[in-house]
Amino acid sequence: MDLYEHQGKELFARYGIPVSEGRVATTPEEARTAAEELGGQVVVKAQVLIGGRGKAGGIKLASGPDEAFEHASNILGMDIRGHEVGRLWIEKASDIKAEYYLSVTFDRAAKQPLIMLSTMGGVDIEQVAEEHPDRIARRHVDPLLGIQPYEARQLCFAAGVPVELSGQVVKIILQLYAAFRGEEAMLTEINPLIVTPDDVVRALDAKFTVDESALFRHPDVAAMRDVGAADPQEQMARERGVTYVKLDGNVGILGNGAGLVMSTLDVVEQCGGSAANFLDVGGGAKAEEIVASLEVILADPKVDSILFNIFGGITRCDEVARGIIAALTTLDVTVPMVVRLDGTAAAEGLALLEQADLDGVTVSSTMLGAAELAIEKAGRATAASVS
Amino acid sequence: MGIIVGSQTRLVVQGITGREGSFHALNNRRYGTNVVAGVTPGKGGQDVEGIPVFDTVSQAVVATQANTSLVFVPPRFAVDAIYEAVDAGIQTVICVTEGIPAHDMLLAWHWVRERGAVLVGPNCPGVCTPGQANVGIIPADIFAEGSVGVVSRSGTLTYQLGKELADMGIGNSSIVGIGGDPIVGSNFIDVLARFEEDPDTDMVVMVGEIGGAEEEKAAAWVADNMNKPVIGYVAGLTAPPGKQMGHAGAIISGSSGTAASKVEALREAGIEVGKNPTEVARIVAEQRGVTVG
Repeated sequence: MDLYEHQGKELFARYGIPVSEGRVATTPEEARTAAEELGGQVVVKAQVLIGGRGKAGGIKLASGPDEAFEHASNILGMDIRGHEVGRLWIEKASDIKAEYYLSVTFDRAAKQPLIMLSTMGGVDIEQVAEEHPDRIARRHVDPLLGIQPYEARQLCFAAGVPVELSGQVVKIILQLYAAFRGEEAMLTEINPLIVTPDDVVRALDAKFTVDESALFRHPDVAAMRDVGAADPQEQMARERGVTYVKLDGNVGILGNGAGLVMSTLDVVEQCGGSAANFLDVGGGAKAEEIVASLEVILADPKVDSILFNIFGGITRCDEVARGIIAALTTLDVTVPMVVRLDGTAAAEGLALLEQADLDGVTVSSTMLGAAELAIEKAGRATAASVS
Repeated sequence: MGIIVGSQTRLVVQGITGREGSFHALNNRRYGTNVVAGVTPGKGGQDVEGIPVFDTVSQAVVATQANTSLVFVPPRFAVDAIYEAVDAGIQTVICVTEGIPAHDMLLAWHWVRERGAVLVGPNCPGVCTPGQANVGIIPADIFAEGSVGVVSRSGTLTYQLGKELADMGIGNSSIVGIGGDPIVGSNFIDVLARFEEDPDTDMVVMVGEIGGAEEEKAAAWVADNMNKPVIGYVAGLTAPPGKQMGHAGAIISGSSGTAASKVEALREAGIEVGKNPTEVARIVAEQRGVTVG
């Protein structure tokens, strides 16, 4: 789960990392009040869970409350790479002498946290890595021991941090590692980590991604989830306990197991169609979960047909069939469905479907065949709605 | 022979008195796996259809010489179960549990490795050596005995592939689901190395998906170390960046972890890659000279 900049900064502050003073605003009036309280120049920053805000015009400097109001009016509601701006962070403007980069990431391949420090901050670090790989100091940390101060010092020397600043930077490295461990993050990044003209080092941005599986230990962080920002169907799916990702196509997908569902999306595209969603009902789904999942898929008006691809392991195909039958009797289903059942209790499931003799439900015995059929039916539905 | 589990396996199921634990323990036994014990703290002395239940893994090991553990413990307690098994001297631990915090697994990974034990999973379907033993939740009846090894990050996708292979009359030496989490006990290379050593395996199918860089690393390892042919598949060619596709580990971050880059790495290593499970099975059949009907 990604956090907003202001939430990341709130966590940074708890670990002692210096950040600028600021306020959250969701209206231009609040932005004006925030600017009045902070005094002097402020920066109006769009809070979105995607990079590239600055280039998109989502970060503006304001000389005072009136200009903060004006910028807030322009930025609120703005679309930044598909994310609508619903909240702002208004913070005291900083004078900047230098911009650094600092991150702690969960290096899956090395099975160790990785710290990266560069004095070339403020830009995309992937670009620095490509053009000036020698300017990024890296160091893996033994997760059992945790970071030691000498490791932070080595990073500073390797990155070329001026000696008079290294005391502050070492401290921030140790604090950021503590935040990474303490909040069970997958990524914590400060870009830029600025140096002011009077040689104060401070985090000007915050990127924080936490592990969803660990949220039960961090109820305060779990509460930071912005339910309003999630796609309504994705939110509905979360409430129903299924994994759903909305996509752009018109063939609704319902399958079991993440790998099989991803593979189903690929096959739909290979057959010339386009999937409306990723939906994994998970292992051992019961009839009610099938009904709930169908509700989520059908809430997307773009869906013209639905492809069921179930390979029963823990999941029983007869339960899935019962779910399909229940859904057709309780929900208003107008789109055609293509069902492919295989594995545990597939014969029983297929017998149930045959017995029920449902309108608009077609059975296919292979994954490829089912995909082709679902695409064909979606195409026909589109043609019918156009004419 | 096969790898990781087989006729030598003496299985203890941790969490055996739970709904899932008892169902799959009995399922595994029905397949022919030697299930010698179960563990649920506080329920020692009971039995699950004749399988004795112990309070601790070490009691189970002393009483039954269990050498392999299957973990069916809820995510908040599963890492503790892994530690307990290895501490009791179990050398092979297979963890099905999904949703274990990544930082917990990071520490457990190092601790388990230092003790020389083999961990498969978490968030994996288990390991099956057809005709010998099935440990986990794999619907083993799909798979036939044979000599093609399968290693996969996904459960149901593995079943799909096993079915497509079986439809062509091709069987498997072992099927290993390594799991879909960011940190798993055994990675592709660990399993590929075992298949390379296994006399009953003459070809391997490797099933990857988006996220991380394990497929790329495995590709390079195969090019340098493997003599047996490897056929590849990667799911998620159409997955959008930044979205977690079900598995905690299946996420494209920035420009890394895409299916396209993984397919390219596999091909560069000389591994033939199928674009869907059906095509993978066809390639395997062709390479084995099996006539495709």
